[in-house]
Amino acid sequence: MTNTASNFDPPSRGWYKRNEIAITPILFLIPGIFFFAVYVIYPVFQSFNISLYKWDGLGEAEFIGLKNYQKLFEDRAFETSLWNNLKWLVLYLLAIPMGLFISLFLNQKVVGIRLYKSLFFFPFVISQIVVGLVFSWFYDPTFGIFTKLIGFVGLEIKGGVLGNPTAVTYGIIAAGLWPQTAYCMILYLTGLNSVDPEQVEAARLDGAKGWKMLWYVIIPQLKPATFIAFVVTVVGALRSFDLISIMTRGGPFGQSRVLSYYMFEKALSEYGFRMGYGAAIAVVLFMIMLVFIAYFLWSMYQEEKGAH
Amino acid sequence: MFPTPIEKRTRGWQISYQAMLPVVLIAWLLPLLAVMLFSIKPEANFVSGDYWSLPSNLDGFNNYYKVFFESDMPRYMWNSIRITVPTVIGCMILSSMTGFALGVYKFRANLWIFFMFVAGNFVPFQILMIPVRDLTLDIGLYNTVQGLVLFHVAFQTGFCTLFMRNFIRALPFELIEAARVEGIAEWRIFWYVVLPLMKPALAAMAVLIFTFIWNDYFWAIVLTQGSETQPVTAGITSFNAQYRAAYHLMSAGSIVAALPPVAMFFLMQKHFIAGLTLGAVK
Repeated sequence: MTNTASNFDPPSRGWYKRNEIAITPILFLIPGIFFFAVYVIYPVFQSFNISLYKWDGLGEAEFIGLKNYQKLFEDRAFETSLWNNLKWLVLYLLAIPMGLFISLFLNQKVVGIRLYKSLFFFPFVISQIVVGLVFSWFYDPTFGIFTKLIGFVGLEIKGGVLGNPTAVTYGIIAAGLWPQTAYCMILYLTGLNSVDPEQVEAARLDGAKGWKMLWYVIIPQLKPATFIAFVVTVVGALRSFDLISIMTRGGPFGQSRVLSYYMFEKALSEYGFRMGYGAAIAVVLFMIMLVFIAYFLWSMYQEEKGAH
Repeated sequence: MFPTPIEKRTRGWQISYQAMLPVVLIAWLLPLLAVMLFSIKPEANFVSGDYWSLPSNLDGFNNYYKVFFESDMPRYMWNSIRITVPTVIGCMILSSMTGFALGVYKFRANLWIFFMFVAGNFVPFQILMIPVRDLTLDIGLYNTVQGLVLFHVAFQTGFCTLFMRNFIRALPFELIEAARVEGIAEWRIFWYVVLPLMKPALAAMAVLIFTFIWNDYFWAIVLTQGSETQPVTAGITSFNAQYRAAYHLMSAGSIVAALPPVAMFFLMQKHFIAGLTLGAVK
């Protein structure tokens, strides 16, 4: 082999040069994978492990098997958090039709429409902490605009939206829907931009218009935008933490807690750290997310297969 | 185009549409406009229980003066910058490399590694919280800007790899093949061929990461404490505790804290939206 190949493959060509195409990707991936493994992948497994221990974060950890999970079943606060997570998940999805609706409203070419679009998108750019503050004033029982507005139609929410155990979660979700709708809107505006005008014209000649046109011609073409809107909305719903933290700290009476907030409270509370129990809550939240992650990856996999 | 372009409708439609736009916009931004109003009202107005009238005098601009010169706000802003800028740079470096490796080369584990990044990007923060906090304590970086930056870079690499890899996939592969035929080393292909083409994607990603990290609150309170290290999102909450009923200062502070990402958005709007909507169109 050396004899015949030597003409094309002079001895100066080293091992690296010959295997360049196989080695380069490995070298390029090492730093990224290293960081990601240390800070993301490995900690997921560590959390699973910690959830089997009773541990205050400082002293010796005591192995207690699945006892933390057993306790979860009897924990009313956990139950409330789980229900609230479900409410978040379902109601947060309203951001998708609302975003679509606003994008249809704004999908015109009039003077200044670009500025309008940016201003509608505004709530997404500011941090959830600021959104939370803004909305807690909006809901304020003494001077909030919201309180005044429902006062006009003769409604009153006892203790204000955020002080009322039944209303509080819905109030916070509404605050979260504000930026989330803006995000979905921008996704759909981009999607609408690339809707095939010929198909729309053809459908128009066939007499389709209004809702029928929207449902049978436009929405199918917006499928990629809807998929992304679904992904980011589900992730956003399950990650809800900032709003709850700034608006109510889980109150009143723990009625606005969700799993992410409850976990934080248990693990790093002022009354002592309960790392094991916190980790068990995190594992439950992770398992819920895992269902969606599996679905996202499966969809992406189908697409990858289609592309090649 | 859908819905029917307004210029094809009757004059009456056009006028009512034009009239509706500002009304709907004001309703949409109502909570925000309220804060802007609060932020320029003098304290005296709040004391007398007068929340919603226009400011009675111009003293309200003192609120901003106080936020800038008599509070910890500038300190928190500076911390945010110290956290955000290195994170953005770190993410750009790591993900242009991972994106290049996964976008250009074909090998068996390719898709699995890619999916690992994507899946990791979606995990709830809480499942990482305890181990990451312990790790940061162990390496002595708890309550430091560096500790926070390291985590952010690592975590955002997931999203950024997805972003970069998909962008590189869409580049014409012939360019790389042509370079290979010329006998150009692979790392040179990265540096001289692919990287220059990635500039718009890097810009879009940088704006997005800047906003994400600037607005991060959870990791800020898990990994840092106190005005020496905490970013502005966490600062606002201690501000909140300090000035519970001082709505004029709180609102001025919130606006100042929200300004950098807002400015970023308006300056880099095209990139920002291109980044957010990547994949929304086939």
